[in-house]
Amino acid sequence: MTRSSIAFWAGAAVFLAAVFVMTQVVGNQYPFFAGYIILQFIALAVAWSILGGYAGYVNFGTSAFYGVGVYASVFLVKAFGAPLPLQILAGAAMGALMGLALGLLTLRMQGIFFSIATIALTIVIETAITNWRYVGGAAGIQIQRPEVTAPFDNYVQMLFFVQALLVVLAVAISRYIQNSWIGRGLQALRDDELAAECTGVPTLRLKLLACVISGALMCAVGAPAAMYLQYADPASAFNLNYSVSTLAMSLIGGTAHWSGPIIGAIVLATTQQLLTVTISSEVNVLVLGVMLVLFVVGAPDGIIGLIARLRGNRGKGEA
Amino acid sequence: MFSLDLLLDAVVIGVLLGCFYGAVSLGLSVSFGLLDVPHVAHPAFLVLASYAVYFLNEHYAVDPLLAGLLITPVFFVFGLAAYRLYYETFEKRGSDAAVRGIAFFFGIAFIIEVLIILQFGVDQRSVTADYIGKALRLGDFRIPYRLLVAFGVATALTVLLTLYLSRTFMGRAIQAVAQDQEALRLMGTNPVKIKQWAFGIATAVLGISGALLIIVAPVDPTLDRAYIGRTFCVVVMAGLGSMGGTLVAAIILGVAESIVLTMFGASWAPAISFAMLLGILAVRPQGLFGRRS
Repeated sequence: MTRSSIAFWAGAAVFLAAVFVMTQVVGNQYPFFAGYIILQFIALAVAWSILGGYAGYVNFGTSAFYGVGVYASVFLVKAFGAPLPLQILAGAAMGALMGLALGLLTLRMQGIFFSIATIALTIVIETAITNWRYVGGAAGIQIQRPEVTAPFDNYVQMLFFVQALLVVLAVAISRYIQNSWIGRGLQALRDDELAAECTGVPTLRLKLLACVISGALMCAVGAPAAMYLQYADPASAFNLNYSVSTLAMSLIGGTAHWSGPIIGAIVLATTQQLLTVTISSEVNVLVLGVMLVLFVVGAPDGIIGLIARLRGNRGKGEA
Repeated sequence: MFSLDLLLDAVVIGVLLGCFYGAVSLGLSVSFGLLDVPHVAHPAFLVLASYAVYFLNEHYAVDPLLAGLLITPVFFVFGLAAYRLYYETFEKRGSDAAVRGIAFFFGIAFIIEVLIILQFGVDQRSVTADYIGKALRLGDFRIPYRLLVAFGVATALTVLLTLYLSRTFMGRAIQAVAQDQEALRLMGTNPVKIKQWAFGIATAVLGISGALLIIVAPVDPTLDRAYIGRTFCVVVMAGLGSMGGTLVAAIILGVAESIVLTMFGASWAPAISFAMLLGILAVRPQGLFGRRS
């Protein structure tokens, strides 16, 4: 292991330990409710940027993956009373399949066509679920949480910890991809797909891989949400707000490095939680939209780009 | 349960609806089809126009169509400004900027949506005029006048825009810029100015289209999401940049929606345009009347 790997895994272990201690010590439930949402967005943003950041395929379909994750859980709970780990695994499997389908779409379309196709995918799946009576249809469905197991004494605390695990998993995968030949290949095809193909980069295989991993992670993140809310309905599970939030968080944080989406998600999701509580949820979407536009216009490389620029300037000043 | 009469009815309504879809897609056919701008915010601009028409109708009792005409110059200037911003920040910088250009328009769409919610609330809004709420009776057929008005205006708008693009100097310049921008530059013209003008025209058309949107049915702030599917479906199916194709593609979509609505019910309706869009993108991305092979 290199020194940065050791630092990374030590950081991840400290993070998980802190989260675990928090579930044991903090009695108030609100931090877990709010924290769950923030963790969820970190994981979504990290998963999104594997395809959207490294490969440069703008996916508007985060809500499709998230919603399928939610409904995979709903179905499994209703049909078999499946436990949480199984729900997450099944969600990930569904997500991988959807990712594969999406990856095949990239064969024929790029840029805006791909993005529009992902919105289309979202609406088509949402409509299908809306018309599927078994999982509640348009009216939604109530879900009963099972008894929580030790060492947790509250289900939301456990979900909070599970989501933290998913965050670490997503970040570890994203970091691995960036530092391996996969990430370099994806970056090559983002810069010029034809040139990459000509120089021997297996573009199709890489795109499929990125889509499958990104999709599986997004669905897995969505899966516990059914248990978190104890309720699911198509209009909110497939809400395009997830897509725009995830996209905004990744781009605002910066997609050149795996830490960008984390920074973006922490900044934005925390702001959103504060705004939702203090003002209203409309204003928080407005702030999100305005920040997205400001950043893509003014700071195309996101927060990490800004930091790098500041550092670079200081370096030049000293030299 | 299912009868020929019902089908015929659905087809007639579908054709009328289709012409209306054509009218709301015309602007996108220019901005996306001819200029290659990833204008995801087009439907949001459309809904914004509807709310402007609603405002004029509600407070000053202006006829919706006249209101649409009145806001056209404002939208023209709005379009010029929007393209200038897009060009300076994205198009000028090259290929990687295209990805962020899409995100830019997506963000703009959400901002417009929320601003409308903050100003007008989430309720549905509609306009009042003599021709709204009444229907033309032809034997067993009932055709709402509002659809007929939309049909007439939509057809006129399509014809006018087609003539503008094929007969006038500026219109031909726009088509030229779509065909070969570099050649234009070599001739000593500035393609950016022409594209800006074209984007202005595309946005100005939305004034009228927005009026039609709120005449045909009540609007709510999130209606733009459904119209992302409809407008892009029409433009992509038509083949980028073909005005006549736009009308034909729109009629195909209108009839398909109307038939599904009659046979399977309203809950499947939102998926029709998106499913058709997916199908076309997967099978024939160049559209039915494409300008590119």
